[in-house]
Amino acid sequence: MRIYVMSVFVDDQAKALDFYTQKLGFIIKHDIPLGAHRWLTVVSKEAPEGTELLLEPSEHPAVGPYKSSLVNDGIPAASFQVDDLEKEFERLRDLGVEFTVQPMDAGTVRMAVFDDTCGNLIQLVEMLRGK
Amino acid sequence: MDDDQLDNVFKALGDPVRRRILDRLAKRPGQSLFEICASSVAEDGRSLSRQTISQHLEMLERAGLVQTHWSGRTKMHSFDTAPLRKAVDAWLNKHLKKGSGA
Repeated sequence: MRIYVMSVFVDDQAKALDFYTQKLGFIIKHDIPLGAHRWLTVVSKEAPEGTELLLEPSEHPAVGPYKSSLVNDGIPAASFQVDDLEKEFERLRDLGVEFTVQPMDAGTVRMAVFDDTCGNLIQLVEMLRGK
Repeated sequence: MDDDQLDNVFKALGDPVRRRILDRLAKRPGQSLFEICASSVAEDGRSLSRQTISQHLEMLERAGLVQTHWSGRTKMHSFDTAPLRKAVDAWLNKHLKKGSGA
């Protein structure tokens, strides 16, 4: 058994695709029309055969309260790993990405959190080796 | 400050987890629940569940020791020392002044 896809609920799929590809640098894996929406997944350039991220519409009535409760408490909807957090933080900040948590130590990792402009907070994590 | 408020302040302070939360908020004001949990992991190597931390924050809020504000759609917590000063004036000083022999 393998994990092939996980999803984030996005307010607007077109806007999300722009953010996740243009700013974060992911690439489209699948884009299949599905009625009013799309089966829209992206993957990391570093792992094109790896786990896909589904940009899923926020349409279901449970999604609104779920997303806003997480954001109220500052809890990220997803977490992505980077090799150099400081570098990635600066790159994204220069692209206008809004960080809600600046890079900080959190035990065995360094982390930061940004707003994906589609209703979610996203965590970036750098594993600290040898700690 | 009445007896109920004084109770709330001393009850809130009567727990090491809550005092640690105040220490961290004093160091870095304006933290979300997520950040408070993450910084406990950073400093102690472990953290209580978010639900437990959330309950501790509620007690601190009731005592007025934690004030909240919204940053965008995220609730941020900060340490307010005003109730400490009030507790000093309302009760502690009554005895400290006597004890000082002044």
